[in-house]
Amino acid sequence: MAIQPKIGIRTSPYIHKAPTVAEIMRNVVYALLPLAAYAVYQFGISALVLMIVTVLSCITTEHIFCKLSDKKTTITDASAIITGLLLAMTLPPGFPLWMSAVAGFSAIAMGKTLFGGIGFNVFNPALVGRAFVQAAFPVSITTWTPALAVDRFVQFIPSSLALPFMKPVETAEWTTQVAIDGFSGATPLALMKFQQIFTDSYDLFIGFSTGSTGETSSLLILICGAYLVFKKMLDWRIPAAVILGTVIAAECFYLLDATKYPSPAFMVFSGGLMFAAVFMASDMVASPVTPVSIFIFGLLVGFLTVIIRLFGGLTEAVMYAILFGNAATPLIESYTQPHIYGRNK
Amino acid sequence: MNLFNLLGKKTFPKGIHPEGFKEETHDHQARRLPFAHQITLPLSQNIGKPAIPIVHVGQQVQRGEVIAKADGFMSVPLHASVSGSIKKIDLVPNARGNKEQAIIINTALSSAQTHIIGNSNDFTSMSRKDLIQAVQNTGMVGLGGASFPTHVKMHIPDDCDIHTILINGCECEPFLTTDHRIMLEQIEFLMRGIHIAMKAVNAPKAIIGVEDNKLNVLEAIQPHLPADGSISIEAVVTKYPQGAEKMLVYSLLGMEIPSGKLPSSIGVAIFNVATLAAIGELLPHSQGLIERIVTITGDDLNKPGNYRVPLGTPLSHILEYAEFTGNEAELILGGPMMGMPVGFLDTPVKKGTGAVLVLNKRATKHDDILPCIKCAQCLQACPINLNPSELGMLATKRKYDVMEEHYHLNDCFECGCCSYVCPSNIPLVQYFRIAKTLNHERHIMETN
Repeated sequence: MAIQPKIGIRTSPYIHKAPTVAEIMRNVVYALLPLAAYAVYQFGISALVLMIVTVLSCITTEHIFCKLSDKKTTITDASAIITGLLLAMTLPPGFPLWMSAVAGFSAIAMGKTLFGGIGFNVFNPALVGRAFVQAAFPVSITTWTPALAVDRFVQFIPSSLALPFMKPVETAEWTTQVAIDGFSGATPLALMKFQQIFTDSYDLFIGFSTGSTGETSSLLILICGAYLVFKKMLDWRIPAAVILGTVIAAECFYLLDATKYPSPAFMVFSGGLMFAAVFMASDMVASPVTPVSIFIFGLLVGFLTVIIRLFGGLTEAVMYAILFGNAATPLIESYTQPHIYGRNK
Repeated sequence: MNLFNLLGKKTFPKGIHPEGFKEETHDHQARRLPFAHQITLPLSQNIGKPAIPIVHVGQQVQRGEVIAKADGFMSVPLHASVSGSIKKIDLVPNARGNKEQAIIINTALSSAQTHIIGNSNDFTSMSRKDLIQAVQNTGMVGLGGASFPTHVKMHIPDDCDIHTILINGCECEPFLTTDHRIMLEQIEFLMRGIHIAMKAVNAPKAIIGVEDNKLNVLEAIQPHLPADGSISIEAVVTKYPQGAEKMLVYSLLGMEIPSGKLPSSIGVAIFNVATLAAIGELLPHSQGLIERIVTITGDDLNKPGNYRVPLGTPLSHILEYAEFTGNEAELILGGPMMGMPVGFLDTPVKKGTGAVLVLNKRATKHDDILPCIKCAQCLQACPINLNPSELGMLATKRKYDVMEEHYHLNDCFECGCCSYVCPSNIPLVQYFRIAKTLNHERHIMETN
């Protein structure tokens, strides 16, 4: 034969078609952008700068740790951006920026690189960061400011600009200045827990209530989640199972005493539950992979959320519920390997 | 039971949908490839024992003559695919890179190359034993690629009762269209082959399974089906790996082949359409398998298509004839999902070679392997329901024994779906092959 081509050798399969890890991560970022935009609309520049700070903090931390461990930097896969955005969404909009930077650092350092970087983290890094600042700055992380303040696009929420290691400015006075009538500074969950006032579920669904930066509109969260499900980059079974678990647990208590315990709808649409179900519990690395374990994991998270909300000392329970779920993942998985073709059930 | 069948679609759960690329060759009628000047017939063309040469160097042989006899039951004879003279019987490199015995024949270019016709066999009046012997005499092996001796498959253990034979015309691998062409061009041979197989395994029923991207096959075969309904043809969903035995049994019958067992254990025998068509063509005249239809396709070929290729034809001859114009390529015997890579252009076409695939721009280039992000795509692709993600992580830790004992590594039939869908480019099925080989070696060491 006249032609002597250069022959490449490798083993099958020779074709491969999958979105790259970076593509998946980028799409999650895209899905978070509408939420970010809505947060900025609600809370103004404070929310915007908060997100920028956490994202930069996460990226920088990851880059530095990669360099320190002589690895190729992994910031290009965009997973640190997701962690940063997710983290910002769970923080109060007026959270002091320096504390946000600490949160971003601890999210990546303790939640991700400590375990070996992307793919190896046991817990959702963003939640690790939030849990850290929850413990470190319990007052700031429970200080909520009203949405739709008049000057929100030109003026920071006073607490945002607190100097590092200084006590943040009291926001109570500012809150009364900008607030619409009747604003109490408490989130729907706090109202439920400490004053037995149940916010209307419809308001919660649309998102005109106090809360963390990105968690207020369940509707928008569902739309963004649907985009990812459509792109096959989000396993719908996880949010579905979390919501189902919450509804079942909440319904039990609601049936027991409807005056004392809130309705399942309230439980589902309040606090960070919807956001956590769609974007936090579904973190690929820390969530289970086998079909049965996905449902057990989701139900467990939903159930724990309700229990912690009703009987725990904290209101934002879903964070701990997911961290528990993450910790239980390897155990659940080891007991729920799928049925193998040709083997007896 | 098979839930999909309730919805009217015959298929199996999971699997993948790779692009087919079949339109490049599926309209190309099988044409005869000219004889190469020299052909190489390795003695081992089947699973089991290699054939034993019965010719000597310098001997003149005629096309279709037996040149090596079967070495016992787990072996098949080998026939000369050209008329010519035996040049030598020597070691040649095979596709895997090691050397094996082969008979090399110089083609007699002046010869008329007529195919020897033997005694005529009337399969309807033959005993099952004689029929299986006649199948062995044709040198037939599974032409779908497995190269398992067909007569061995037809020899059903006494405790098994075959209720259905499945004829596999799925051809789920991208690019390949040989089975498609056979089902259009050789319907008469195919139907005869099906009758022979039904008789040999004593099965009352046969179902031809064809992927629904070949609906013209259904139209073409429908009029040839017997009126008593013993043979039927069913469309199955176009999905990879629909043509795998385990999957086809599930799609058509809703049954699972027990792990580690043969299909006969559940009363099923499965044959490829090409195998049965060849039996239907050769057995009545006691002829031997000397050529097969091969899809020659891929990148940088001016004349891709289906060719009737004499066994032993070197790839260089095929590429020259199909007008390969590239200067860089991956050569694959078989499809892009499970085919075998070839490094030498001297490699001959064997009985199990269904396609010569030349990949260049459509082959996926190597990318960096990233850590598993547990996206679970592989779990949603694995047709056997394994956990490739966990298996892959165990493989990188070299825990091959755990893979086998707790994660059912040996149930993997290496379809490659997991590697195909992995966003982190983890060569999962490649890891599993290595793990299986090392486990196998370890077991041998342990038993000794």
